[in-house]
Amino acid sequence: MTDELAIDVHGMTKRFGQLTAVNHIDLQVRKGEICGFLGPNGSGKTTFIRMLCGLLRADEGSGSCLGHNVITESEAIKRQVGYMTQRFSFYEDLTIYENLDFVARMYSTKNRHEIVSASVERLGLKERQRQLAGELSGGWKQRLALAACLIHDPKLLLLDEPTAGVDPQARRDFWDQIHRLAGQGLTFLIATHYMDEAERCHRLAFILNGNLLTQGTVSEVAKQTRLATWSVSGPNLVELAERLRRLPDVEQAAAFGSALHVSGVDQAKLEVAIAPFRTDEYKWSRAESGLEDIFIHLMAKAKGRSSS
Amino acid sequence: MRRDRLTFGMMVGIPLLQLILFGYAINSDPKQLPSAVLLADNGPQGRTLLYAIQNSGYFRFVRQVKTETEGREALARGEVQFVINIPENFSRDLLRGERPAILVEADATDPGTTSNAISSLTALLTTALQNDLKGPLDFLAGTSGPIDLRVHALYNPEVITQYNIVPGLLGVVLTMTMVMITALAITRERESGTMENLLSMPTRPVEVLVGKIIPYILVGYIQVTLILVAGYFLFGVPMIGSLTLLLTVTFLFIVANLAIGVTFSTIAENQRQAIQMAFFFFLPNILLSGFAFSFRGMPDWAQMIGELLPLTHFLRIVRGILLKGNGLADVVVDLWQIALFAVIALAFGAKRYRQTLD
Repeated sequence: MTDELAIDVHGMTKRFGQLTAVNHIDLQVRKGEICGFLGPNGSGKTTFIRMLCGLLRADEGSGSCLGHNVITESEAIKRQVGYMTQRFSFYEDLTIYENLDFVARMYSTKNRHEIVSASVERLGLKERQRQLAGELSGGWKQRLALAACLIHDPKLLLLDEPTAGVDPQARRDFWDQIHRLAGQGLTFLIATHYMDEAERCHRLAFILNGNLLTQGTVSEVAKQTRLATWSVSGPNLVELAERLRRLPDVEQAAAFGSALHVSGVDQAKLEVAIAPFRTDEYKWSRAESGLEDIFIHLMAKAKGRSSS
Repeated sequence: MRRDRLTFGMMVGIPLLQLILFGYAINSDPKQLPSAVLLADNGPQGRTLLYAIQNSGYFRFVRQVKTETEGREALARGEVQFVINIPENFSRDLLRGERPAILVEADATDPGTTSNAISSLTALLTTALQNDLKGPLDFLAGTSGPIDLRVHALYNPEVITQYNIVPGLLGVVLTMTMVMITALAITRERESGTMENLLSMPTRPVEVLVGKIIPYILVGYIQVTLILVAGYFLFGVPMIGSLTLLLTVTFLFIVANLAIGVTFSTIAENQRQAIQMAFFFFLPNILLSGFAFSFRGMPDWAQMIGELLPLTHFLRIVRGILLKGNGLADVVVDLWQIALFAVIALAFGAKRYRQTLD
């Protein structure tokens, strides 16, 4: 990881008619970094990623992507960026090999045959390279898509919810590969919903309704939000959660397996609030605020701001 | 249905379009056909006869020609449908009771256009001169007819419908398949999401468009070959003119249709809409181009719409080359109109084609 920035953009804005899909977002990602891009559905993640790789024209904004002007030099950026779409977007009526070969042609790659063969081999699909892409399972489609994005040896990968609908083993393999590639100097911007995946990123950026709520490393984000969380276990947790939620200083009470996570912004007030419930029946302990707690907290806070 | 305006438009639009086209534009009894006159006779009976022919309503004299060659050329170019030749000494021979012949040369490439007019002539000739043949000339009217009518159905003397239909099919098949295939090819990319991928790669719009068009030009030529071979061996369609010229002209026509397909694909949101648009385009092409119904039989406004369609011009060229043996000089008028259409459609398609997703 160096200090050189792979993505350095300011004030990126995209409007669709009345709707502002992305509202003045600044984002900096260093080379070799894995940046997780978090936000609920429709928050503008895809729109932002599309603006970075020149698929959408930004209404406002400036900055650079891999040293090229993000507004005017999208052709140059496209050559060095791999973009993996949310939906599988390769040709289902072409074989695995043909798909990879097509991508290689589009980037006018030299030594095309060797590169494509090597890619097929790395994928572990040598025996199935003549199989149609449409016949592959979700996990294999995702691997194929990643392999296709890597064909032209990009410096930056933009992955839009790459692991949606993929089983845990395939996800684990996928993330191992991402970290290996990042170690080789590739930069990643990965949009995701999964909190466990977010925790595997070097940096996080939270986005909601087109606004960037916060960004930083996992611990930075946790520190910024100053969310205090207690974990409680015992009988009748559902009823307890109901009662806790009514308290003004308790922001969330959510069930995690056999325990309940109770969190609030002000640690002292939270402790006062929960004091009456700390009976022998229940086992209370301090817990680390998880990313999900933080995520939901940020969303609730943003919602409160916009409605007040 | 409320949210799918195009389908709704089709449901109302197609019946309306058909009503208008069939109700007002289509006419199976074409009249006012442009004709040329070669009048070598100075006598009054010749002129009387011409008036009578014009009054029948089937013929409209648009020009006078001096020689038979000039008349033939006008026929070849499709400027006139008939050349009516009243020979020298017609009046004199008539009065002598020698049954002079008048020669009517017809462009019979489309038998549907000419047949009614020709049969009207036969009836007409016996009555036309009734007023002139009175008194001492009474005896002439009673015989087997005072005039000998000779009709030359040029280009298709046996009046075989296939000679007209098969070359026409060439254009119709190309119009239908080329427009639909390209419109589908691009909307399919958009629908399946591959367009997003394609756009994220460093390709220029022109490259994508050309890449979409070139393979279908080949497909078009395969279809042309198929129809020509079948036309020749199964139906015995004459191929008098240059096949090289025909194939060259076909290139422009294919490109024009592919360009329309591309344009449709930039407007349609999905494959279904693309098919609907292609069909909407196809309908007037079939009805107004002169393929299914006589072009000259249609009212002026319908002919004007027909003139805008590349198929109309292509049909004239194909029939001209195959049946009349026309050369480049004869087809050039229709050719440049196809070219113009292709250029406009391509420019429009390229302009509408978006390199970004917004």
